[in-house]
Amino acid sequence: MTGTVPTLAFWGLALLTIAGAAGVALSGHMVRSAFSLFAALFGMAGIYALLQADLMAVVQLLVYVGGISVLVLFAVMLTSGIGRVGTDNPSHRPIGGLLVLLAVLIPALGLAFRMPLGIESPADPTVAPIGDALLGRFVLPFEVVSVLLLAALVGAVNLARGWRRDPEERPSEEGR
Amino acid sequence: MLRLIAQRLQSWLNLPGETGAVLPALAVMLGAALLAFVFIAFFAGPVTWWERRVAGRVMSRIGPNRVGPQGVLQWLADGLKSFLKEDIVPAAADRPLFLFAPYLFFGGYMATFVVLPFGAHLVATDLSVGLLYLIAISGLVVVGILMAGWGSNNKWALFGGIRSAAQLVSYEIPSAFSLLAVVLATGTLSMQGIVRAQGGWPWEWLLFRNPLLFGMFFVSFAASLAENNRTPFDLPEGESELVAGYHVEYSGMRFLWFMFAEWGNLWVIASLATVGFLGGWQIPGVRPEVIDQSTGWAFAGWQALSFLVFAGKASMLVLFAIQIRWTLPRLRVDQMMIVCWKYLVPLALLGSAGVLVLVALVPEGSPVDWFLRAVSLGLGLWLIIAYVRKARAAYLADREPYRRLEGKDPWYPPYRLP
Repeated sequence: MTGTVPTLAFWGLALLTIAGAAGVALSGHMVRSAFSLFAALFGMAGIYALLQADLMAVVQLLVYVGGISVLVLFAVMLTSGIGRVGTDNPSHRPIGGLLVLLAVLIPALGLAFRMPLGIESPADPTVAPIGDALLGRFVLPFEVVSVLLLAALVGAVNLARGWRRDPEERPSEEGR
Repeated sequence: MLRLIAQRLQSWLNLPGETGAVLPALAVMLGAALLAFVFIAFFAGPVTWWERRVAGRVMSRIGPNRVGPQGVLQWLADGLKSFLKEDIVPAAADRPLFLFAPYLFFGGYMATFVVLPFGAHLVATDLSVGLLYLIAISGLVVVGILMAGWGSNNKWALFGGIRSAAQLVSYEIPSAFSLLAVVLATGTLSMQGIVRAQGGWPWEWLLFRNPLLFGMFFVSFAASLAENNRTPFDLPEGESELVAGYHVEYSGMRFLWFMFAEWGNLWVIASLATVGFLGGWQIPGVRPEVIDQSTGWAFAGWQALSFLVFAGKASMLVLFAIQIRWTLPRLRVDQMMIVCWKYLVPLALLGSAGVLVLVALVPEGSPVDWFLRAVSLGLGLWLIIAYVRKARAAYLADREPYRRLEGKDPWYPPYRLP
Protein backbone atom coordinates (compact mmCIF):
# COMPACT_ATOMS: atom_id res chain seq x y z
CA MET A 1 0.00 0.00 0.00
CA THR A 2 1.91 2.98 -1.24
CA GLY A 3 0.60 6.50 -1.50
CA THR A 4 -1.11 8.80 0.89
CA VAL A 5 -4.69 8.23 -0.17
CA PRO A 6 -4.60 4.43 0.29
CA THR A 7 -2.77 4.90 3.61
CA LEU A 8 -5.47 7.24 4.86
CA ALA A 9 -8.14 4.86 3.64
CA PHE A 10 -6.35 1.96 5.34
CA TRP A 11 -6.22 3.69 8.72
CA GLY A 12 -9.88 4.68 8.45
CA LEU A 13 -10.92 1.13 7.61
CA ALA A 14 -8.64 -0.39 10.26
CA LEU A 15 -10.15 1.95 12.85
CA LEU A 16 -13.65 0.96 11.75
CA THR A 17 -12.81 -2.75 11.94
CA ILE A 18 -11.13 -2.57 15.35
CA ALA A 19 -13.79 -0.30 16.79
CA GLY A 20 -16.44 -2.69 15.49
CA ALA A 21 -14.66 -5.68 16.99
CA ALA A 22 -14.26 -3.88 20.31
CA GLY A 23 -17.94 -3.00 20.20
CA VAL A 24 -18.85 -6.66 19.73
CA ALA A 25 -16.86 -7.65 22.81
CA LEU A 26 -17.51 -4.71 25.10
CA SER A 27 -21.03 -3.54 24.30
CA GLY A 28 -23.52 -4.08 27.09
CA HIS A 29 -26.33 -4.94 24.74
CA MET A 30 -26.62 -7.90 22.42
CA VAL A 31 -28.23 -5.96 19.57
CA ARG A 32 -25.52 -3.31 19.67
CA SER A 33 -22.93 -6.10 19.58
CA ALA A 34 -24.60 -7.44 16.46
CA PHE A 35 -24.52 -4.03 14.79
CA SER A 36 -20.85 -3.65 15.78
CA LEU A 37 -20.15 -7.01 14.12
CA PHE A 38 -21.66 -5.55 10.98
CA ALA A 39 -19.27 -2.57 11.17
CA ALA A 40 -16.26 -4.86 11.69
CA LEU A 41 -17.18 -7.07 8.72
CA PHE A 42 -17.77 -4.02 6.56
CA GLY A 43 -14.33 -2.64 7.46
CA MET A 44 -12.80 -5.97 6.48
CA ALA A 45 -14.50 -5.78 3.08
CA GLY A 46 -12.94 -2.34 2.64
CA ILE A 47 -9.49 -3.69 3.49
CA TYR A 48 -9.88 -6.47 0.92
CA ALA A 49 -10.80 -3.83 -1.64
CA LEU A 50 -7.70 -1.86 -0.68
CA LEU A 51 -5.55 -4.98 -1.22
CA GLN A 52 -6.95 -5.16 -4.79
CA ALA A 53 -8.78 -8.41 -4.02
CA ASP A 54 -11.90 -7.23 -5.82
CA LEU A 55 -13.83 -10.50 -5.78
CA MET A 56 -12.95 -11.18 -2.13
CA ALA A 57 -14.17 -7.72 -1.11
CA VAL A 58 -17.49 -8.07 -2.89
CA VAL A 59 -18.03 -11.63 -1.66
CA GLN A 60 -17.26 -10.48 1.89
CA LEU A 61 -19.89 -7.77 1.40
CA LEU A 62 -22.40 -10.19 -0.10
CA VAL A 63 -21.96 -13.12 2.28
CA TYR A 64 -20.89 -11.61 5.58
CA VAL A 65 -22.33 -8.09 5.54
CA GLY A 66 -25.51 -8.77 3.57
CA GLY A 67 -26.11 -12.35 4.70
CA ILE A 68 -24.51 -13.49 7.94
CA SER A 69 -24.72 -10.17 9.76
CA VAL A 70 -28.39 -9.72 8.79
CA LEU A 71 -29.17 -13.27 9.93
CA VAL A 72 -27.35 -12.66 13.24
CA LEU A 73 -29.36 -9.46 13.74
CA PHE A 74 -32.51 -11.29 12.84
CA ALA A 75 -31.84 -14.09 15.31
CA VAL A 76 -30.82 -11.69 18.07
CA MET A 77 -33.96 -9.60 17.64
CA LEU A 78 -36.20 -12.67 17.76
CA THR A 79 -34.59 -13.91 20.98
CA SER A 80 -36.90 -13.51 23.94
CA GLY A 81 -35.89 -11.20 26.76
CA ILE A 82 -33.41 -9.36 24.57
CA GLY A 83 -34.47 -5.99 25.95
CA ARG A 84 -32.66 -6.28 29.29
CA VAL A 85 -29.76 -3.93 28.79
CA GLY A 86 -26.53 -4.95 30.52
CA THR A 87 -27.61 -8.36 31.71
CA ASP A 88 -27.65 -10.28 28.47
CA ASN A 89 -24.03 -9.74 27.48
CA PRO A 90 -22.06 -10.49 30.66
CA SER A 91 -18.32 -11.23 30.65
CA HIS A 92 -17.30 -14.73 31.69
CA ARG A 93 -13.85 -15.67 33.00
CA PRO A 94 -11.77 -12.67 31.88
CA ILE A 95 -8.45 -14.39 32.73
CA GLY A 96 -9.16 -17.39 30.51
CA GLY A 97 -10.28 -15.04 27.77
CA LEU A 98 -7.06 -13.06 28.05
CA LEU A 99 -5.00 -16.28 27.77
CA VAL A 100 -6.89 -17.31 24.62
CA LEU A 101 -6.43 -13.82 23.20
CA LEU A 102 -2.65 -13.95 23.78
CA ALA A 103 -2.42 -17.48 22.38
CA VAL A 104 -4.04 -16.28 19.13
CA LEU A 105 -2.62 -12.78 18.95
CA ILE A 106 1.10 -13.57 19.35
CA PRO A 107 1.34 -16.06 16.44
CA ALA A 108 -0.93 -13.84 14.33
CA LEU A 109 1.21 -10.76 14.92
CA GLY A 110 4.38 -12.80 14.32
CA LEU A 111 3.01 -13.91 10.97
CA ALA A 112 1.83 -10.43 10.10
CA PHE A 113 5.26 -8.86 10.65
CA ARG A 114 7.06 -11.58 8.70
CA MET A 115 4.77 -11.48 5.65
CA PRO A 116 5.68 -9.07 2.85
CA LEU A 117 2.56 -6.91 2.78
CA GLY A 118 1.68 -4.25 0.28
CA ILE A 119 0.62 -4.14 -3.34
CA GLU A 120 3.08 -2.24 -5.50
CA SER A 121 1.16 -1.99 -8.76
CA PRO A 122 -2.53 -2.24 -9.58
CA ALA A 123 -3.37 -5.92 -9.82
CA ASP A 124 -5.42 -7.49 -12.59
CA PRO A 125 -9.07 -8.37 -12.00
CA THR A 126 -9.19 -11.63 -10.08
CA VAL A 127 -12.66 -12.90 -11.09
CA ALA A 128 -11.68 -14.84 -14.21
CA PRO A 129 -8.58 -16.55 -12.69
CA ILE A 130 -10.54 -17.56 -9.58
CA GLY A 131 -13.35 -18.94 -11.71
CA ASP A 132 -10.90 -20.87 -13.89
CA ALA A 133 -9.15 -22.28 -10.82
CA LEU A 134 -12.41 -23.32 -9.14
CA LEU A 135 -13.71 -25.12 -12.21
CA GLY A 136 -10.31 -26.39 -13.37
CA ARG A 137 -7.58 -27.34 -10.97
CA PHE A 138 -9.67 -27.23 -7.78
CA VAL A 139 -12.89 -28.65 -9.15
CA LEU A 140 -12.83 -31.69 -6.84
CA PRO A 141 -12.41 -29.75 -3.53
CA PHE A 142 -15.00 -27.26 -4.80
CA GLU A 143 -17.55 -30.00 -5.43
CA VAL A 144 -16.72 -31.75 -2.14
CA VAL A 145 -17.37 -28.50 -0.28
CA SER A 146 -20.69 -28.06 -2.11
CA VAL A 147 -21.77 -31.57 -1.13
CA LEU A 148 -20.74 -30.89 2.46
CA LEU A 149 -22.79 -27.68 2.51
CA LEU A 150 -25.75 -29.49 0.96
CA ALA A 151 -25.51 -32.16 3.66
CA ALA A 152 -25.42 -29.44 6.33
CA LEU A 153 -28.48 -27.83 4.75
CA VAL A 154 -30.45 -31.07 4.68
CA GLY A 155 -29.36 -31.80 8.26
CA ALA A 156 -30.48 -28.36 9.41
CA VAL A 157 -33.89 -28.81 7.79
CA ASN A 158 -34.20 -32.22 9.41
CA LEU A 159 -33.28 -30.85 12.84
CA ALA A 160 -35.67 -27.93 12.49
CA ARG A 161 -38.54 -30.26 11.60
CA GLY A 162 -37.98 -32.34 14.73
CA TRP A 163 -37.99 -36.13 15.03
CA ARG A 164 -41.11 -38.16 14.42
CA ARG A 165 -41.28 -41.54 16.10
CA ASP A 166 -44.31 -42.68 14.17
CA PRO A 167 -44.45 -41.70 10.51
CA GLU A 168 -48.26 -41.80 10.67
CA GLU A 169 -48.28 -39.24 13.48
CA ARG A 170 -49.53 -35.82 12.45
CA PRO A 171 -46.95 -33.05 12.79
CA SER A 172 -49.40 -30.73 14.52
CA GLU A 173 -49.61 -33.03 17.54
CA GLU A 174 -45.92 -32.73 18.32
CA GLY A 175 -46.16 -29.38 19.99
CA ARG A 176 -48.21 -30.75 22.88
CA MET B 1 -12.71 8.32 -14.92
CA LEU B 2 -12.54 9.83 -11.42
CA ARG B 3 -8.85 8.94 -11.10
CA LEU B 4 -8.16 10.72 -14.39
CA ILE B 5 -9.94 13.88 -13.28
CA ALA B 6 -8.04 13.82 -9.98
CA GLN B 7 -4.69 13.55 -11.81
CA ARG B 8 -5.61 16.39 -14.18
CA LEU B 9 -6.62 18.51 -11.20
CA GLN B 10 -3.33 17.79 -9.44
CA SER B 11 -1.18 18.77 -12.41
CA TRP B 12 -3.32 21.83 -13.05
CA LEU B 13 -2.97 23.06 -9.47
CA ASN B 14 0.74 22.16 -9.61
CA LEU B 15 0.69 20.15 -6.37
CA PRO B 16 3.77 18.04 -5.61
CA GLY B 17 3.94 14.24 -5.36
CA GLU B 18 1.96 11.85 -3.23
CA THR B 19 0.90 14.28 -0.53
CA GLY B 20 -0.39 16.63 -3.19
CA ALA B 21 -2.60 13.85 -4.53
CA VAL B 22 -4.70 13.71 -1.36
CA LEU B 23 -6.51 16.97 -1.84
CA PRO B 24 -7.54 16.51 -5.49
CA ALA B 25 -8.58 12.91 -4.75
CA LEU B 26 -10.75 14.01 -1.83
CA ALA B 27 -12.15 16.90 -3.88
CA VAL B 28 -13.06 14.62 -6.77
CA MET B 29 -14.66 12.09 -4.44
CA LEU B 30 -16.69 14.83 -2.75
CA GLY B 31 -17.59 16.31 -6.12
CA ALA B 32 -18.76 12.97 -7.47
CA ALA B 33 -20.80 12.28 -4.35
CA LEU B 34 -22.34 15.74 -4.60
CA LEU B 35 -23.15 15.19 -8.28
CA ALA B 36 -24.85 11.87 -7.50
CA PHE B 37 -26.71 13.53 -4.64
CA VAL B 38 -27.96 16.38 -6.81
CA PHE B 39 -29.02 13.89 -9.45
CA ILE B 40 -30.98 11.92 -6.85
CA ALA B 41 -32.61 15.09 -5.57
CA PHE B 42 -33.68 16.12 -9.06
CA PHE B 43 -34.90 12.61 -9.78
CA ALA B 44 -36.51 11.53 -6.51
CA GLY B 45 -38.29 14.86 -5.95
CA PRO B 46 -40.18 15.17 -9.24
CA VAL B 47 -40.84 11.43 -9.27
CA THR B 48 -42.82 11.74 -6.05
CA TRP B 49 -45.01 14.29 -7.84
CA TRP B 50 -45.21 12.13 -10.95
CA GLU B 51 -46.17 9.10 -8.87
CA ARG B 52 -48.90 11.03 -7.06
CA ARG B 53 -50.31 12.39 -10.31
CA VAL B 54 -50.39 8.90 -11.87
CA ALA B 55 -51.97 7.59 -8.67
CA GLY B 56 -54.56 10.34 -8.87
CA ARG B 57 -55.43 9.53 -12.47
CA VAL B 58 -55.65 5.79 -11.69
CA MET B 59 -58.05 6.57 -8.84
CA SER B 60 -60.13 9.08 -10.86
CA ARG B 61 -59.03 12.04 -8.81
CA ILE B 62 -56.67 14.89 -9.61
CA GLY B 63 -53.66 14.61 -7.31
CA PRO B 64 -51.37 17.48 -6.31
CA ASN B 65 -51.82 20.35 -8.79
CA ARG B 66 -51.58 23.49 -6.63
CA VAL B 67 -47.86 24.31 -6.38
CA GLY B 68 -46.58 25.53 -9.72
CA PRO B 69 -48.05 24.62 -13.12
CA GLN B 70 -49.88 21.28 -12.71
CA GLY B 71 -48.24 20.97 -9.30
CA VAL B 72 -44.73 20.20 -10.58
CA LEU B 73 -43.16 22.06 -7.67
CA GLN B 74 -45.04 20.07 -5.06
CA TRP B 75 -41.86 18.19 -4.09
CA LEU B 76 -40.10 21.46 -3.22
CA ALA B 77 -42.96 22.36 -0.89
CA ASP B 78 -42.81 18.91 0.69
CA GLY B 79 -39.05 19.19 1.15
CA LEU B 80 -39.30 22.63 2.71
CA LYS B 81 -41.99 21.38 5.07
CA SER B 82 -39.76 18.52 6.17
CA PHE B 83 -36.84 20.90 6.75
CA LEU B 84 -38.94 22.98 9.10
CA LYS B 85 -40.34 20.07 11.10
CA GLU B 86 -39.00 19.25 14.53
CA ASP B 87 -36.56 16.34 14.69
CA ILE B 88 -38.17 14.16 17.33
CA VAL B 89 -36.30 11.32 19.04
CA PRO B 90 -38.58 9.13 21.18
CA ALA B 91 -37.51 9.06 24.84
CA ALA B 92 -37.42 5.26 24.92
CA ALA B 93 -35.53 4.90 21.63
CA ASP B 94 -32.04 3.43 21.40
CA ARG B 95 -30.63 6.87 20.67
CA PRO B 96 -27.41 6.23 18.70
CA LEU B 97 -28.99 3.51 16.55
CA PHE B 98 -32.10 5.62 15.96
CA LEU B 99 -30.04 8.62 14.88
CA PHE B 100 -27.66 6.67 12.65
CA ALA B 101 -30.13 4.41 10.82
CA PRO B 102 -31.35 6.90 8.15
CA TYR B 103 -27.77 7.62 7.09
CA LEU B 104 -26.92 3.93 6.76
CA PHE B 105 -30.07 3.41 4.70
CA PHE B 106 -29.28 6.36 2.48
CA GLY B 107 -25.57 5.48 2.28
CA GLY B 108 -26.33 1.95 1.12
CA TYR B 109 -28.44 3.43 -1.63
CA MET B 110 -25.90 6.12 -2.62
CA ALA B 111 -23.16 3.49 -2.86
CA THR B 112 -24.92 1.88 -5.83
CA PHE B 113 -24.12 4.98 -7.89
CA VAL B 114 -20.45 3.97 -7.92
CA VAL B 115 -21.04 1.45 -10.69
CA LEU B 116 -24.24 2.61 -12.45
CA PRO B 117 -23.38 3.67 -16.01
CA PHE B 118 -25.38 6.70 -17.10
CA GLY B 119 -23.85 6.90 -20.54
CA ALA B 120 -21.06 5.66 -22.78
CA HIS B 121 -18.35 7.01 -20.48
CA LEU B 122 -20.51 8.53 -17.74
CA VAL B 123 -19.69 6.16 -14.90
CA ALA B 124 -17.82 6.77 -11.64
CA THR B 125 -15.81 3.59 -11.95
CA ASP B 126 -16.27 0.48 -14.04
CA LEU B 127 -15.51 -2.23 -11.47
CA SER B 128 -14.68 -5.65 -12.87
CA VAL B 129 -17.19 -7.05 -10.34
CA GLY B 130 -19.73 -4.25 -10.81
CA LEU B 131 -22.92 -6.30 -10.94
CA LEU B 132 -21.94 -8.37 -7.91
CA TYR B 133 -21.05 -5.18 -6.04
CA LEU B 134 -24.47 -3.72 -6.83
CA ILE B 135 -26.20 -6.83 -5.46
CA ALA B 136 -23.95 -6.89 -2.38
CA ILE B 137 -24.07 -3.23 -1.41
CA SER B 138 -27.86 -3.30 -1.13
CA GLY B 139 -27.26 -5.38 2.01
CA LEU B 140 -26.43 -2.11 3.77
CA VAL B 141 -30.02 -1.02 3.23
CA VAL B 142 -31.36 -4.04 5.13
CA VAL B 143 -29.08 -3.32 8.06
CA GLY B 144 -30.29 0.29 8.01
CA ILE B 145 -33.91 -0.87 8.06
CA LEU B 146 -33.24 -3.30 10.93
CA MET B 147 -31.41 -0.55 12.81
CA ALA B 148 -34.33 1.85 12.36
CA GLY B 149 -36.83 -0.82 13.34
CA TRP B 150 -34.95 -1.76 16.48
CA GLY B 151 -33.79 1.73 17.44
CA SER B 152 -37.31 3.18 17.36
CA ASN B 153 -38.37 0.91 20.24
CA ASN B 154 -41.80 0.62 18.73
CA LYS B 155 -43.53 -2.65 17.97
CA TRP B 156 -44.78 -1.52 14.56
CA ALA B 157 -41.32 -0.36 13.63
CA LEU B 158 -39.75 -3.62 14.79
CA PHE B 159 -42.32 -5.67 12.86
CA GLY B 160 -41.63 -3.58 9.78
CA GLY B 161 -37.88 -3.99 10.14
CA ILE B 162 -38.04 -7.75 10.60
CA ARG B 163 -40.52 -8.21 7.76
CA SER B 164 -38.30 -6.14 5.53
CA ALA B 165 -35.19 -8.15 6.44
CA ALA B 166 -36.99 -11.45 5.82
CA GLN B 167 -38.26 -10.17 2.49
CA LEU B 168 -34.89 -8.82 1.36
CA VAL B 169 -32.98 -11.95 2.33
CA SER B 170 -35.52 -14.10 0.45
CA TYR B 171 -35.81 -12.01 -2.70
CA GLU B 172 -32.07 -11.56 -3.02
CA ILE B 173 -31.92 -15.15 -4.30
CA PRO B 174 -34.21 -14.87 -7.35
CA SER B 175 -32.76 -11.43 -8.04
CA ALA B 176 -29.19 -12.74 -8.03
CA PHE B 177 -30.06 -15.82 -10.09
CA SER B 178 -31.93 -13.87 -12.74
CA LEU B 179 -28.97 -11.50 -13.04
CA LEU B 180 -26.72 -14.58 -13.22
CA ALA B 181 -28.53 -15.35 -16.48
CA VAL B 182 -27.36 -11.95 -17.76
CA VAL B 183 -23.80 -12.73 -16.68
CA LEU B 184 -23.96 -16.13 -18.37
CA ALA B 185 -25.18 -14.58 -21.61
CA THR B 186 -22.60 -11.77 -21.66
CA GLY B 187 -19.65 -13.44 -19.93
CA THR B 188 -18.75 -10.44 -17.75
CA LEU B 189 -19.61 -8.94 -14.38
CA SER B 190 -18.69 -5.39 -15.34
CA MET B 191 -21.66 -3.10 -15.93
CA GLN B 192 -20.11 -1.45 -19.00
CA GLY B 193 -19.10 -4.87 -20.29
CA ILE B 194 -22.71 -6.05 -20.05
CA VAL B 195 -23.93 -2.98 -21.94
CA ARG B 196 -21.25 -3.38 -24.61
CA ALA B 197 -22.17 -7.04 -25.11
CA GLN B 198 -25.59 -5.84 -26.30
CA GLY B 199 -26.52 -3.51 -29.14
CA GLY B 200 -28.63 -0.44 -29.79
CA TRP B 201 -31.52 -2.09 -31.65
CA PRO B 202 -34.17 -3.99 -29.68
CA TRP B 203 -33.28 -7.34 -31.29
CA GLU B 204 -29.73 -6.89 -30.00
CA TRP B 205 -30.90 -6.44 -26.41
CA LEU B 206 -30.59 -9.30 -23.97
CA LEU B 207 -34.33 -9.01 -23.29
CA PHE B 208 -35.10 -10.24 -26.81
CA ARG B 209 -32.11 -12.57 -27.14
CA ASN B 210 -34.21 -15.64 -26.33
CA PRO B 211 -37.52 -16.35 -24.61
CA LEU B 212 -35.80 -17.51 -21.40
CA LEU B 213 -33.98 -14.20 -20.91
CA PHE B 214 -37.29 -12.49 -21.68
CA GLY B 215 -38.81 -14.35 -18.73
CA MET B 216 -35.78 -13.66 -16.54
CA PHE B 217 -36.37 -9.93 -17.01
CA PHE B 218 -39.71 -10.19 -15.26
CA VAL B 219 -38.31 -12.36 -12.46
CA SER B 220 -35.53 -9.84 -11.97
CA PHE B 221 -37.88 -6.85 -12.04
CA ALA B 222 -40.33 -8.42 -9.58
CA ALA B 223 -37.49 -9.33 -7.22
CA SER B 224 -36.09 -5.78 -7.46
CA LEU B 225 -39.50 -4.32 -6.61
CA ALA B 226 -39.65 -6.63 -3.58
CA GLU B 227 -36.14 -5.64 -2.52
CA ASN B 228 -37.15 -2.00 -2.62
CA ASN B 229 -40.35 -2.66 -0.61
CA ARG B 230 -42.57 -1.36 -3.37
CA THR B 231 -46.16 -2.43 -3.80
CA PRO B 232 -47.21 -5.24 -4.24
CA PHE B 233 -44.40 -6.11 -1.83
CA ASP B 234 -44.72 -3.17 0.60
CA LEU B 235 -45.48 -5.29 3.66
CA PRO B 236 -42.70 -3.68 5.73
CA GLU B 237 -44.52 -0.35 5.45
CA GLY B 238 -48.11 -1.48 5.01
CA GLU B 239 -49.95 1.61 6.23
CA SER B 240 -53.09 -0.26 7.17
CA GLU B 241 -51.29 -2.83 9.34
CA LEU B 242 -48.05 -1.28 10.57
CA VAL B 243 -48.83 2.46 10.30
CA ALA B 244 -45.60 3.11 8.39
CA GLY B 245 -43.33 0.25 9.40
CA TYR B 246 -39.73 0.91 10.23
CA HIS B 247 -39.88 4.69 9.78
CA VAL B 248 -43.01 5.30 11.85
CA GLU B 249 -41.10 7.16 14.60
CA TYR B 250 -39.10 9.41 12.28
CA SER B 251 -39.96 13.01 11.52
CA GLY B 252 -38.51 15.94 9.64
CA MET B 253 -35.29 15.47 7.71
CA ARG B 254 -34.60 11.98 9.07
CA PHE B 255 -37.90 10.82 7.62
CA LEU B 256 -36.98 12.53 4.39
CA TRP B 257 -33.76 10.49 4.09
CA PHE B 258 -35.86 7.33 4.00
CA MET B 259 -38.25 8.75 1.42
CA PHE B 260 -35.37 10.11 -0.61
CA ALA B 261 -33.68 6.73 -0.81
CA GLU B 262 -36.92 4.93 -1.49
CA TRP B 263 -37.86 7.00 -4.52
CA GLY B 264 -34.28 7.31 -5.64
CA ASN B 265 -34.11 3.53 -5.54
CA LEU B 266 -36.66 3.47 -8.35
CA TRP B 267 -33.90 4.85 -10.53
CA VAL B 268 -31.51 2.10 -9.38
CA ILE B 269 -34.10 -0.61 -10.14
CA ALA B 270 -34.85 0.88 -13.54
CA SER B 271 -31.18 1.35 -14.45
CA LEU B 272 -30.26 -2.16 -13.33
CA ALA B 273 -32.99 -3.58 -15.58
CA THR B 274 -31.94 -1.23 -18.40
CA VAL B 275 -28.28 -2.23 -18.14
CA GLY B 276 -29.00 -5.92 -17.77
CA PHE B 277 -31.72 -6.42 -20.34
CA LEU B 278 -32.53 -3.29 -22.38
CA GLY B 279 -29.14 -2.51 -23.89
CA GLY B 280 -28.21 0.26 -21.46
CA TRP B 281 -27.04 3.46 -23.15
CA GLN B 282 -26.42 1.89 -26.58
CA ILE B 283 -27.62 4.27 -29.31
CA PRO B 284 -29.39 2.41 -32.17
CA GLY B 285 -27.20 2.30 -35.25
CA VAL B 286 -24.05 3.59 -33.52
CA ARG B 287 -21.29 1.17 -32.55
CA PRO B 288 -19.67 1.96 -29.16
CA GLU B 289 -16.25 2.08 -30.89
CA VAL B 290 -17.40 5.20 -32.78
CA ILE B 291 -18.09 6.88 -29.43
CA ASP B 292 -14.73 5.75 -28.02
CA GLN B 293 -12.80 7.22 -30.95
CA SER B 294 -14.60 10.57 -31.10
CA THR B 295 -12.99 13.65 -29.53
CA GLY B 296 -13.96 17.12 -28.36
CA TRP B 297 -17.53 18.24 -28.90
CA ALA B 298 -18.48 15.09 -30.76
CA PHE B 299 -17.45 13.08 -27.70
CA ALA B 300 -19.54 15.27 -25.41
CA GLY B 301 -22.47 15.05 -27.81
CA TRP B 302 -22.34 11.26 -27.89
CA GLN B 303 -22.23 11.21 -24.08
CA ALA B 304 -25.31 13.42 -23.88
CA LEU B 305 -27.15 11.35 -26.49
CA SER B 306 -26.28 8.07 -24.77
CA PHE B 307 -27.47 9.51 -21.47
CA LEU B 308 -30.76 10.54 -23.09
CA VAL B 309 -31.24 7.02 -24.47
CA PHE B 310 -30.48 5.53 -21.06
CA ALA B 311 -32.73 7.97 -19.19
CA GLY B 312 -35.55 7.36 -21.69
CA LYS B 313 -35.47 3.60 -21.17
CA ALA B 314 -35.13 3.95 -17.41
CA SER B 315 -38.04 6.43 -17.23
CA MET B 316 -40.30 4.00 -19.09
CA LEU B 317 -39.48 1.35 -16.48
CA VAL B 318 -40.11 3.86 -13.67
CA LEU B 319 -43.54 4.57 -15.16
CA PHE B 320 -44.15 0.81 -15.36
CA ALA B 321 -43.22 0.41 -11.67
CA ILE B 322 -45.51 3.31 -10.70
CA GLN B 323 -48.43 1.84 -12.63
CA ILE B 324 -47.86 -1.56 -11.00
CA ARG B 325 -47.90 0.11 -7.62
CA TRP B 326 -51.30 1.69 -8.12
CA THR B 327 -52.82 -1.32 -9.84
CA LEU B 328 -51.95 -4.38 -7.76
CA PRO B 329 -53.04 -4.94 -4.15
CA ARG B 330 -50.53 -5.77 -1.42
CA LEU B 331 -49.66 -9.43 -0.82
CA ARG B 332 -50.10 -11.14 2.53
CA VAL B 333 -46.96 -12.24 4.37
CA ASP B 334 -47.41 -15.92 3.51
CA GLN B 335 -48.25 -15.05 -0.10
CA MET B 336 -45.11 -12.95 -0.30
CA MET B 337 -43.02 -15.93 0.83
CA ILE B 338 -44.88 -18.30 -1.53
CA VAL B 339 -44.29 -16.00 -4.51
CA CYS B 340 -40.58 -15.98 -3.70
CA TRP B 341 -39.79 -19.57 -2.74
CA LYS B 342 -42.35 -21.52 -4.76
CA TYR B 343 -42.38 -19.50 -7.96
CA LEU B 344 -39.55 -17.02 -8.40
CA VAL B 345 -36.68 -19.13 -7.02
CA PRO B 346 -37.43 -22.25 -9.13
CA LEU B 347 -38.14 -20.08 -12.17
CA ALA B 348 -34.86 -18.22 -11.74
CA LEU B 349 -32.90 -21.45 -11.21
CA LEU B 350 -34.42 -23.19 -14.24
CA GLY B 351 -34.18 -20.02 -16.31
CA SER B 352 -30.50 -19.42 -15.64
CA ALA B 353 -29.71 -23.09 -16.31
CA GLY B 354 -31.69 -22.89 -19.56
CA VAL B 355 -29.87 -19.70 -20.59
CA LEU B 356 -26.57 -21.49 -19.97
CA VAL B 357 -27.64 -24.34 -22.26
CA LEU B 358 -28.85 -21.95 -24.97
CA VAL B 359 -25.66 -19.87 -24.81
CA ALA B 360 -23.56 -23.02 -25.05
CA LEU B 361 -25.53 -24.64 -27.89
CA VAL B 362 -26.74 -21.75 -30.06
CA PRO B 363 -23.94 -19.71 -31.64
CA GLU B 364 -24.65 -16.02 -32.15
CA GLY B 365 -25.86 -15.22 -35.66
CA SER B 366 -27.00 -18.75 -36.50
CA PRO B 367 -30.54 -19.30 -37.89
CA VAL B 368 -31.69 -20.78 -34.56
CA ASP B 369 -30.41 -17.66 -32.80
CA TRP B 370 -32.38 -15.41 -35.15
CA PHE B 371 -35.45 -17.60 -34.72
CA LEU B 372 -35.23 -17.29 -30.90
CA ARG B 373 -34.78 -13.52 -31.20
CA ALA B 374 -37.79 -13.26 -33.51
CA VAL B 375 -39.92 -15.32 -31.13
CA SER B 376 -39.02 -13.23 -28.09
CA LEU B 377 -39.38 -9.98 -30.03
CA GLY B 378 -42.85 -11.06 -31.13
CA LEU B 379 -43.67 -12.02 -27.55
CA GLY B 380 -42.46 -8.62 -26.33
CA LEU B 381 -44.37 -6.68 -28.98
CA TRP B 382 -47.56 -8.59 -28.22
CA LEU B 383 -47.12 -7.91 -24.48
CA ILE B 384 -46.44 -4.20 -25.01
CA ILE B 385 -49.45 -3.80 -27.34
CA ALA B 386 -51.71 -5.68 -24.93
CA TYR B 387 -50.44 -3.54 -22.03
CA VAL B 388 -50.96 -0.25 -23.86
CA ARG B 389 -54.43 -1.30 -25.05
CA LYS B 390 -55.45 -2.32 -21.54
CA ALA B 391 -54.13 0.93 -20.07
CA ARG B 392 -55.89 2.95 -22.80
CA ALA B 393 -59.18 1.13 -22.21
CA ALA B 394 -58.94 1.82 -18.48
CA TYR B 395 -58.10 5.46 -19.25
CA LEU B 396 -61.05 5.91 -21.57
CA ALA B 397 -63.48 4.12 -19.27
CA ASP B 398 -63.37 6.80 -16.58
CA ARG B 399 -62.55 9.83 -18.69
CA GLU B 400 -66.04 11.27 -18.29
CA PRO B 401 -66.12 11.26 -14.45
CA TYR B 402 -62.58 12.68 -14.48
CA ARG B 403 -63.64 15.48 -16.84
CA ARG B 404 -66.43 16.42 -14.45
CA LEU B 405 -63.78 17.40 -11.91
CA GLU B 406 -62.77 20.31 -14.16
CA GLY B 407 -64.12 23.73 -13.31
CA LYS B 408 -64.97 22.74 -9.73
CA ASP B 409 -63.99 25.01 -6.90
CA PRO B 410 -60.42 23.89 -6.19
CA TRP B 411 -60.44 25.07 -2.62
CA TYR B 412 -59.45 22.35 -0.20
CA PRO B 413 -61.31 20.70 1.46
CA PRO B 414 -64.01 20.35 -1.15
CA TYR B 415 -67.50 21.07 0.16
CA ARG B 416 -68.98 18.22 -1.77
CA LEU B 417 -67.26 15.60 -3.87
CA PRO B 418 -68.49 15.70 -7.49
